[in-house]
Amino acid sequence: MNRKIRYTGKKPEREVFEIFNSTMRELIEDDPHVIYLDADLMGSLKTQELWRAFPKNVFNTGIQEANMIGVACGMYLNGMKPYVHSFAPFTSRRVFDQVFLSIAYAEKSVRVIGSDAGIMATHNGGTHMCFEDVAMMRTVPEACVVDVSDPVMCAEFLKETKERPGLTFLRMPRRDLPDIYCPGTRFEEGKGMVLREGGDVTLIGCGIMVATCLQAAEALRQEGIEARVIDIVTIKPLDRELVLESAVKTGAVVTAENANVIGGLGSAVTEYLAMERPTRVLRVGIEDTFGRVGVESFLREAYGLTAEHIASEAKRAIALKN
Amino acid sequence: MRMSARTQLEQTAWQIRLGIIRAISSNHGGHIGGSLDLAELMAVVYSDFMRVKTEEPRWADRDFMIVSKGHAGPALYATLALKGFFSSDRLENLNKTNNLLPGHCDRNKVPGVDATTGSLGQGLSLACGAALSAKITGRDQRVFCVTGDGESAEGQIWEAAQFAAHYKLDNLIAFLDWNKMQIDGTNDEVMALGDPVAKYQAFGWDACKVNGADVLEIQEAVLRAVETADGKPAMIVLDTVKGQGARCIMEMANNHCIGFPDSLREQVMAELREQGRVLGMEVED
Ligand SMILES: Cc1ncc(C[n+]2csc(CCOP(=O)(O)OP(=O)(O)O)c2C)c(N)n1
Ligand SMILES: [Mg+2]
Repeated sequence: MNRKIRYTGKKPEREVFEIFNSTMRELIEDDPHVIYLDADLMGSLKTQELWRAFPKNVFNTGIQEANMIGVACGMYLNGMKPYVHSFAPFTSRRVFDQVFLSIAYAEKSVRVIGSDAGIMATHNGGTHMCFEDVAMMRTVPEACVVDVSDPVMCAEFLKETKERPGLTFLRMPRRDLPDIYCPGTRFEEGKGMVLREGGDVTLIGCGIMVATCLQAAEALRQEGIEARVIDIVTIKPLDRELVLESAVKTGAVVTAENANVIGGLGSAVTEYLAMERPTRVLRVGIEDTFGRVGVESFLREAYGLTAEHIASEAKRAIALKN
Repeated sequence: MRMSARTQLEQTAWQIRLGIIRAISSNHGGHIGGSLDLAELMAVVYSDFMRVKTEEPRWADRDFMIVSKGHAGPALYATLALKGFFSSDRLENLNKTNNLLPGHCDRNKVPGVDATTGSLGQGLSLACGAALSAKITGRDQRVFCVTGDGESAEGQIWEAAQFAAHYKLDNLIAFLDWNKMQIDGTNDEVMALGDPVAKYQAFGWDACKVNGADVLEIQEAVLRAVETADGKPAMIVLDTVKGQGARCIMEMANNHCIGFPDSLREQVMAELREQGRVLGMEVED
């Protein structure tokens, strides 16, 4: 068993929003130049206490996402290290020009956090359910795009990217993300994590789908199929080496993501393998459709983001090998 | 134009509140504060001003209602059910997976809804487009639009404000639900709005402020806006209390989006029954 891994499928020790709070507090106490901006959604991450505690580091912009990105950029120009948060649709599609131009093209260093991406918008429904943020952010040159799969990873990326130049985009749920990694696990941009070894097929997941890939691999083992499981960690830059090595090793790949397969992780993997080593890749994810209201379990069924679906796609990919 | 009497309008507002509670309690939660405080407005606009056909929701000559603060879906839905666009039983489908009634206003799923909203700041622009189109085609249509005070931090609101004045959209009648609250606290704590009447006036609008809990004050202001053809869009600022009409909700520190257990439902219903008694209305169980 992998020493870094502690996945049990149970509720996490600490929810993502708790990790976010403690990590931002640590960062601010450690470095007075760290700034956290939010657009009237502190309530969703329960960060109001930080707001009160650090009036020189934490600011509420009100419901002004575009302005918030611009303000963050101005603060960077004057020596600050800004982190901005809102729900994922409002820090991606709502502000794409500001993100592209003021942050990325102008080579500033800003961390953009989108919470409740994809189906995790649950009861907020179709208007708030963004499946397109990954595709959009992947097209921004030099961006780092992360779909957070576990609380430890959330903390690590918040800390590790504090001075990273350009756009860093983190999408994450606010809660209900299981523990996968042991505390102290280190992550690197462009380096995926092999969570499980297997020679028959590779399951590559990101975000909430990493745990689902682990469940699928367990189910496949019952049927005598050994799946390699990878958490891609950064969708961009893509760990090409690991993707290629896995394709060579297993000859079949299934990707799994809580985002539109158009432009998402599934696209990234197929685009690369098509050029480097044509391999059968089946994509589990949102099939180019809009979001809708529902609880997570319902939405997972509705969009096929389940272990059963990954397992059946894995078997199909294996059957298609020759 | 025949205007409804106070009691009639208060009864309607009361029925709308009942519908809001029915919807939100069936979902065990939802955006209650900013829905309840629109009951008086909805009662007035739909009783006396909206020219719509329930059997033909997309009738080309209809008046428009664009709820820009889209999380107030329950207020609009309760009104549309009362008006007869669909059965009030449908209210129990709020946020259910059958997608019959998504919490945020959805024009493709709910008859009578003119605009899909939920990403704040966009509705006033839609209202401008609808109002300008009526001008171009010469159709006698009014466009009503409901904005939030937190929402008014969005730049797009003020782009639309400028646009509406520039194109002299006097068929546009907008409202601002001035409850002084948003998610993270009061407007003053989060992003101060200042004096909204003065702001809209500075943008070239006819703007006034009324008590948003007083049906006749609202009625009078809308009537004046409808009858004034001075080339200026109208902004009616509704001085409200978030959650108004249900004391136990109003008094919560934060009633923006809350869980709604049966115990709370009982508390609210007790209040509504008492109000109903005064209005000569009964709750059917
Ligand atoms: C663009 C956008 N940003 C953020 C949100 C999340 N959100 C939903 S309601 C709300 C507060 C709205 O406050 P206000 O406009 O005052 O509404 P009201 O008090 O009338 O409920 C926020 C921040 C959103 N729906 N859209
Ligand atoms: Mg408000």
